[in-house]
This record gives sequence, C-alpha cells and structure tokens, in this order.
Amino acid sequence: MKKRLIALLMCFSLVMAAGCGAAGTDSKDSESSQSAQSSTAANDSDSNKLITIGFSQVGAESDWRVANTASVKSALSEKNGFKLIFADAQQKQENQIKAVRDFISQDVDVIAIAPVTETGWETVLGEAKDAGIPVIICDRMIKVSDDSLFSCWVGSDFQKEGVNAAEWLANYIKEKGKTDTQNVVVLQGTIGSSAEIGRTKGFGETIKKYDNFKILAQQTGEFTQAKGQEVMESFLKQYNDIDVVVAQNDNMAFGAIDALKAAGKVPGKDVTIVSFDAVKAAFKSMIAGDMNVSVECNPLHGPRVAELAKKLMNDEKVEKIQYVDEKVYPAETAEKELPNRQY
Amino acid sequence: MNSQIIKKIIKYRLFWPLVCLFAVLVVNLIRTPDFFNISINSKGVLYGYLIDIINRSSELIILAAGMTVCVASSAGTDISVGSVMAVTGAVTCFLLGTGDAYNIPYVLAVVAGILAATACGAWNGFLVAKLKIQPMVATLILFTAGRGIAQLITGGNILYIKVKNFKYLGSVLPGVPLPTPIFVAAAVVILTSVLLKKSALGMYIQSVGINAKASRLIGLNSTLIIFLTYAFCGMCSGIAGTIATSRIYSIDANNVGLNMEMDAILAVALGGNSLAGGKFSLAGSVIGAITIQALSTSLYSMGVSADQLPVYKAIVVIIIVSLQSKQFKKFFKNFSQKQKITGAGEKVTQ
Repeated sequence: MKKRLIALLMCFSLVMAAGCGAAGTDSKDSESSQSAQSSTAANDSDSNKLITIGFSQVGAESDWRVANTASVKSALSEKNGFKLIFADAQQKQENQIKAVRDFISQDVDVIAIAPVTETGWETVLGEAKDAGIPVIICDRMIKVSDDSLFSCWVGSDFQKEGVNAAEWLANYIKEKGKTDTQNVVVLQGTIGSSAEIGRTKGFGETIKKYDNFKILAQQTGEFTQAKGQEVMESFLKQYNDIDVVVAQNDNMAFGAIDALKAAGKVPGKDVTIVSFDAVKAAFKSMIAGDMNVSVECNPLHGPRVAELAKKLMNDEKVEKIQYVDEKVYPAETAEKELPNRQY
Repeated sequence: MNSQIIKKIIKYRLFWPLVCLFAVLVVNLIRTPDFFNISINSKGVLYGYLIDIINRSSELIILAAGMTVCVASSAGTDISVGSVMAVTGAVTCFLLGTGDAYNIPYVLAVVAGILAATACGAWNGFLVAKLKIQPMVATLILFTAGRGIAQLITGGNILYIKVKNFKYLGSVLPGVPLPTPIFVAAAVVILTSVLLKKSALGMYIQSVGINAKASRLIGLNSTLIIFLTYAFCGMCSGIAGTIATSRIYSIDANNVGLNMEMDAILAVALGGNSLAGGKFSLAGSVIGAITIQALSTSLYSMGVSADQLPVYKAIVVIIIVSLQSKQFKKFFKNFSQKQKITGAGEKVTQ
C-alpha cells in the first residue's frame, strides 16, 4: 500500500514537471508576468505608471515570427514605459483565447493579439470589450461581425505585396528581353491564412494583365521548408518547363531551391525565384545567386504597437487600419541591404 | 482448385494492404501516365515520382516500425513520436551549433540526439509498463511537452546548420544514385525484422500483447518487454527526427514531425495490424506508410487544389480502412450470399 502511494505521488510530481515543460517556452514569461502583476500593483500608487500590455503571439513557426516577437519584446520594454506579458500560443487558437482570458482576469491595460486564424474571436473579444480593455490586432486580420470589438489593426497589406511581386516579375522578364510565355508555379502558404489569400489574389490578378505569363499550378507548402521542397519536387516532375517559382514565404523558397538543385536546374538563373517576407536568410540566398527577389513583409510591429497603445491609453483617436511600410528587395540590392536587416 | 488458391491469397495477411497500395498506384498510372518513369538526372541520381514516394515516406516507415511493436506489445499507441522528433533535432542542432564548423563531431551529436529520443521513449515505457498508465495518456505528456522542451533547447529560434555535409543524411551522398533516407529506412526495417524474427523477441511481444498476465505466468517479463518496445519506438522517432532535420538543415521545433504521430498510427492500421495488440506485421506497416505517402504524392501530381487536399485524403482513407474491416467484409459476404439465395429462389419460381 505504501509503495503504491509513493508510486502515485511520484507519478503525480512527474506529470506536474512535464506540465511545466509544456509551458517551457513561456515559463520565463509567466514568471515575469507574475512579477509584473505584483509590481503593477505596487506601481499603481506611482504617478508614472507602466502600461501593462498582454501580447498573445502565434508561436515561433518562422524566422519572420521570431523577428516579430523580438521587435514586440524590445519595443514594449520597461524602459519605454511598458510591462509586457507575453504568451506563446504554439499555433493553437484555443491557447490564444485562454491567454486573452488570462489577460482580462489580470486586468491588463491593453491586449494585443497576433491571431492564428481569422475567425472565432467574437466571444473572447466581447469579454475584453465588456472589461473595457482595448484590443490591438497584429499581422493577420480577424473577421468579426462587430468592428468595435477591436480598436485597431496593425499589419501588412498582403494583397499589395502580391501585386508588387507580380509587377516586379513582369518588369524583370521584360528587361531580360524574354518574350516567350513564362510558366509560373506558385507555392501557397497555409490555405485560408490572410497572407496566403492576399498574396494569391494580388499576384494572380496582376499577373493576368500580362499576356506572357501563365500560372501552371498552385499548391500549398504550408509555409514550411520541408513541404515546400516536397511540393516543388512534384511540380518538377509534372512540368518540365517551369520558368518562375513564386513561393509565398522565404522558407518555402529555400525548400524549392533545394528541390530545383536536386533536379539539376539552376535556381536564380534557369528558374526565376520570387519570394515573400525578406528575412535575413533570404538576403544571403540572394547574394549566393539562388533567389531573385524577396518582397518584404515587415515584421517590426513593436514600435507601432507601442505608439498605438500609448495613444489608446490617452484616449486619443486611432486609425482603424494601419499598414506598415514594405519594400521590394531584388537580388542586386541584397549585399547593400543585408547589414541593415534586423531579422 | 483455382478458387482455393485465390482464397489462400485473400487470406494472406498482407493481401489487402498491398491491394490498397496498388490501387493508389494504378489510379496514378491512368491519370498521369508518366508516373512510373524513372530517369537519371544530371547529378547521377535516380529521379521520378516513385523515388520521391519512397524517399519522402522514409521517416514515416521508421516511425511506423517503432509504432508497430508498441501497438503489438501494449495495445496502445505512442502519440509522442512527432514531438520526440523535434526534441532529437533540437538536441542535435544545438550541440552542432550554427557556426561554420561543428562544435562537436557530427556522429557524437547525432548519437546524443537519438539517445535523447530513446530516453523520451524509455520515459513513456516507464509510465506505461511500470506505472500501468494508459498508453495514450502516458504519451500525451511528451506529446504536449516535447515541442516545449525542443523550444527551450533552441531558445525559440530556428537553428540553421551551415556545414555542408549535414545535408547528406536527408538528401543524397555524392556518387550514390539513391537518396540517403531510403537506405536508413531500409536498414531500420531490416534490422528490426531480423531482431524480431531471429530471436524470440517477436514472439514474446505478440504473447505479451495478446495477454500480458498469462505471459507473465509462463515466465515472461511483460513489464520489461513493454518498456523495451516504447524505448525502441523512441529510438525510431530519434532516427526519423535526425533525417527530417537534415532535410531542411535546420531545426524548426514547431513544424518538424507535426502530425506525424497520426500518420504513423494510420500506417500501422492500414498495414492490417490490429490496434488491439497481439499479432503484428512489420511489413504491413511499411506498406501502410508507403501508401500514405503515395497518396499525398499522387494528389500533388494530379494537381488537386490545395484546399480540397484533405477531403480527398480522408475519402481514400475511409475506403481503405473499411475495405480491411472485418465487419464490412462480413456484411459484404452476407449481402452476396443473400443475393445468391434470392437469385436461386427466383430460378425455382421460374
């Protein structure tokens, strides 16, 4: 009996330990959030009160996201007058909803969410609204019936990125003096994500205006390098005359480049590679001559979020939709631009 | 005489799994005639859809091998394999470092990664065999915690390995006409089956799976055997994780092996193995794993649009699983017998 009890106790403690492991990535943050709570309570009496902001991040699925997190963490620092409670959702919406509820119960001043998906936010945002906490949506847009459920949105104009990519491509091919039909394959992101919808639409509609382009196939690579490589391998067997590969993020482009090389083609030369996001690794790939262009998707939301949070706390009016500035980086600018890249 | 041979063939364990695999391939042959073309590309590597299928299914085959013995011994599934893959990759990449040269010798890092995975498997085995926790619940712990641990090791970043030869395991060795993962998968499967067939271990596992208590009474150490199968499953996840990491020469803790546990379980089921434990067929699981990959590759080659992909996959899986279900076969048999009877009846009345 005693033995069994000990075994049970041990098992329980192990499960607890594993549970802590699960929350591993944010354990530091939750610790700091606890201290944040206590210190904000202490600071309440102070005149220069820190703004407590709860940020629910998607996860760390790509370099872009990692840069986004870094930007948010550095902009919302204590030095700048913020107490950041950061929650990593590991790509699950239910974790985000839980995090937002936590923020509400901790009575933060502002909630910022980088949503995993577009839908399913009505209830929890309603709760935030009832609690009188303003909500800033970052990166992906959400679909809610009532616009007043969030204060504003900060992010990229994905459709414009698609348009920019198509226009750059048309111009590039024209400058190269190629007049024959260019066969294009598209590696889409996770189907249904804002980035995929916007980029597919923007690129597709714009490239249609030029007669010398034909989209052969579109398939999802789920924004990951491994899937991008696998799908590209399949494309290469299906069509022997691919001229352009459009990858909706850099990671898939890296996968596609590997697949092209394995098939004995020369990416960047035989096949034009158009990519999105423009992370640091993409610049290195452009310098190596593998990639032709990367359309920036600026992840440095932190400063803008900080500015908006301050405005919201002072009851100033803010624009509902705020785009961050984004550029197109062709390979020839890569060498010059690389040292300036933060992500 | 002829019908007897046919009956024997149908009764053969691997008949239905093989039929399913061939059905998928035949559909391909009709839709994309050059599906079976294999050529040698400019780099001297064999090139074709079939090579892709076997290459891409390597990780799944290795996982399925581990999963099969787990299922056989404990009538439960190890759902932590995908997360354990991430842990392995994280350990290996963290030890190698992201510099221009490895921090520690390559082999040492790979062995450390696989050892970490084996430790994860041993932990699962301890929970299942010693503490008698239900396998799904026991492995759920690492399923959720595994990626967290991997994230902790990598500091939440994607670590890229710059040294060129890191890629060899996941792509091709110079001068070898086949992708390396195929060799690794073949080695794992052959070694496993030799181990199971040439020693009594395979029989012990089946016996424990059928009735653990009875096996203990005849002198088998059921606990140890179940523990070993889980540790082995962990080791397989480790090998698969090393390959997956090498393919993208980086560790992406959130995405490596994502949802692979489900595919591995499906592979075991498609291979005609009962998830209730006991008798098992390693070859069946391997065929199951190849079928799953053949299915995805064919859907790509047919140009099914991305948003419909999961629907087609689901439909095919439903068909395959119901084809192998005993109840379904019984129902079908009854139905055809009824038809015969009514047919005979009609003849009489005429």
